[in-house]
Amino acid sequence: MAAASVLFAALFYAATAVLVVGLALRIRLYAGTPAPLKIPTTPAPVTRGGVAWRLVREVALFESLFKASLWTWLFGWVFHAALALVLLRHLRYFVDPVPAFLAFVQPFGILAGFAMAGGLAGLWARRFLVDRVRYISTPSDHLMLALLLAIAGTGLAMKYLAGTDVVAVKSFFLGLLALDPQPLPSDALLYAHLALVAALMLVFPFSKLLHAPGLFFSPSRNQADDPRERRHLAPWAARLESDRKP
Amino acid sequence: MADVTAPPLRPFPVAPPVVPDAMAASKPYVANEKMQEALGFPGSLVDDWHDRAISKMGELLGNYRSLRVYLDACVHCGACSDKCHYFLGTGDPKNMPVARQDLMRGVYRRHFTVAGRLFPKLVGATELTKDLLDDWYKYYNQCSECRRCSVFCPYGIDTAEVTMAAKEILDTVGYGQKYSNEIIGKVHRIGNNLGLPGPALEDTLLGLEEDTKEETGADVKFPLDQKGAEVLLVTPSADFFAEPHVESLIGYAKVFHQAGISWTLSSHASEAGNFGLFIGNYEQMRTIALRIREAALELGVKRIVVGECGHAWRVAYSFWNTLAGIGAGADDPFARLLQSQLDSRYRQPTHICELTWDLIERGALVLDAGANDHRIVTFHDSCNVARASRMGDTPGGQFEIPRAIVRAVSNRYVEMRPGTTREATFCCGGGGGLLTDELLDLRVKGALPRMESLREVADGQGVNFMATICAICKAQFTKVLPYYGFDMSMVGGVHQLVSTAIRLGAKS
Ligand code: HEM
Ligand code: SF4
Ligand code: SF4
Repeated sequence: MAAASVLFAALFYAATAVLVVGLALRIRLYAGTPAPLKIPTTPAPVTRGGVAWRLVREVALFESLFKASLWTWLFGWVFHAALALVLLRHLRYFVDPVPAFLAFVQPFGILAGFAMAGGLAGLWARRFLVDRVRYISTPSDHLMLALLLAIAGTGLAMKYLAGTDVVAVKSFFLGLLALDPQPLPSDALLYAHLALVAALMLVFPFSKLLHAPGLFFSPSRNQADDPRERRHLAPWAARLESDRKP
Repeated sequence: MADVTAPPLRPFPVAPPVVPDAMAASKPYVANEKMQEALGFPGSLVDDWHDRAISKMGELLGNYRSLRVYLDACVHCGACSDKCHYFLGTGDPKNMPVARQDLMRGVYRRHFTVAGRLFPKLVGATELTKDLLDDWYKYYNQCSECRRCSVFCPYGIDTAEVTMAAKEILDTVGYGQKYSNEIIGKVHRIGNNLGLPGPALEDTLLGLEEDTKEETGADVKFPLDQKGAEVLLVTPSADFFAEPHVESLIGYAKVFHQAGISWTLSSHASEAGNFGLFIGNYEQMRTIALRIREAALELGVKRIVVGECGHAWRVAYSFWNTLAGIGAGADDPFARLLQSQLDSRYRQPTHICELTWDLIERGALVLDAGANDHRIVTFHDSCNVARASRMGDTPGGQFEIPRAIVRAVSNRYVEMRPGTTREATFCCGGGGGLLTDELLDLRVKGALPRMESLREVADGQGVNFMATICAICKAQFTKVLPYYGFDMSMVGGVHQLVSTAIRLGAKS
């Protein structure tokens, strides 16, 4: 097998390990850090079920962002929805045979590739055009958008400009899953696409992409508004009480 | 003091252009040694402030999930960037909520994240220099902890949490803010924020009894330290003599009188305000809240009712159960002791508006709304009530109940523009421990968005009274309204309107 195939197999094992372990550690850190006070942003749901629904709306619709800024919402929501579709479409490289619903989303996945690039371009434009957003942008904010755009760009290029041997790509990834690495077609665009994806996986647990797990742990969004009905006490706060008479 | 100037009202409420360092000169007085040490903080900036600040930050990151998640999760989307009244009023980019957070996030990245240690430039990680510490002092004292930004952030990132953490760190390195820390010292020493001692309070209340008797002919009482009373009323100390606050206190007393509810104030807990919240210090907040618990146990009351005060209601509604066991549903002995004494048929604690509205709904008050016909009223939602608490049983009760009362006691009511009320309300500009003279320029500028929507209804519908239920809002507006060409007596409490409308003697 070519050196490049070995290299990419190793890279994807490493990237997956970093992504999974890194995220798991981060989530454990969030879950293990107490939230000593009730601070939901009100009006807030008064039940756990209501809270779950609030989070569903935030994840699926970006409800708060919609209230904040229509342009950001439009570009951001289109980008994320498209990203979700694109990821779904890519599942076909990891399962064999391909189930019917995955076959069904394929054409939408293609459209989503363009939508994703469009959304990203809009988000990036804000970083240059809106003086407030320009002020807060760091190099990593630009790089992250560049990385995602490059992933989308190389992907679309393989689809429309220089096709690649998708059957071989699939056998490469199925091989990775079976711990039996298979050769990867030698194709510069494909190499670029995959290297960029691996880079994204590697930076995920160390970057602002932690907003995805972060949302679920945000006390202002995930707490129920019931402080008068239930006593809420963090372990470290309870310790303040033990050395005190009632 | 720097020049105090009110910015011109904007014809269209769009975000102003960024003006770097526009407010770089604004900062409050630093607390002196005595004030600092009274709270257990170092008297002045310690030599090893850098290391102590970083270690305190590590401790807070371990104790507060909010801080940890918020410092990680921000994507710099800018959705919050035009939501802060201080940015809208000043244009200083460090008053954009995200930029305010970044003052701390940079240091967090540098000291607590892999990316920041390896690639500081790339991710905006910064060392905590003396200049940056000074920026913290300036700009964390330009945040009123109003939570408006958290409403609009896609992850609910609440800059107030970051500000509180920053103030906590500044206090631990001996760089505390005079106004807040001096007041907390007074609460501990004397029992209330204004430093009004027990005997003076008694005199004041007797005076109010006489005045009310003269006005209404009824024997409305203002009881103090009355054991066995049904209700303990905890209200901001400004209600005892500041204008227009005292008008609301008279309103509460009339409501209790007509409803036949026995009530009392407490000289031990003669303050609802809790500035421990503003400086982000859990222990201070807890110690201050425990005074209410002690007073309730001592007086044997069945209900605890809180007067018109925004941040006090946040602490009472959201935190008292946690801090002092005032509430319901606890199974530990500390909280049970008080909770078994309180009457579980009532919400504990109860907001004075909840109490009054329940009475109105039951027909227990005689009201003549026509008595307020000289007023065209609008309602200013106070941020801590709107975005950090509730009234009644359903979400949003904190908006509906005060409005329902206003409508019941007056005939001419007007809403201000949507997007400036309810959960999107604009801070008065003086909350969060910024209600001090040396910050007046900031306070005037921060009031801009509210003044614009008030101007609209004042010119358009003739509004001449803005009702609110917060002692800080009342004090702040009284001071800043004239800068925008309004009469300072335009602001007042909801129970001031109740006081005008209630007909005593008509029913007993
Ligand atoms: C639970 C899942 C997720 C939710 C709820 C979520 C939500 C959001 C929201 C509301 C924004 C702000 C608006 C915007 O700029 O688009 C945002 C920004 C962003 N998200 Fe996500 N996201 C999720 C997962 C992801 C994933 C998996 C990725 C990438 C692989 C990602 C990449 C980004 C990037 C790069 C930005 C910043 C865009 C910019 O620079 O303007 N997100 N996300
Ligand atoms: S909490 Fe209020 S004052 Fe502070 S940054 Fe957010 S909007 Fe501004
Ligand atoms: S809205 Fe939230 S995520 Fe966006 S810049 Fe502001 S704090 Fe960061």
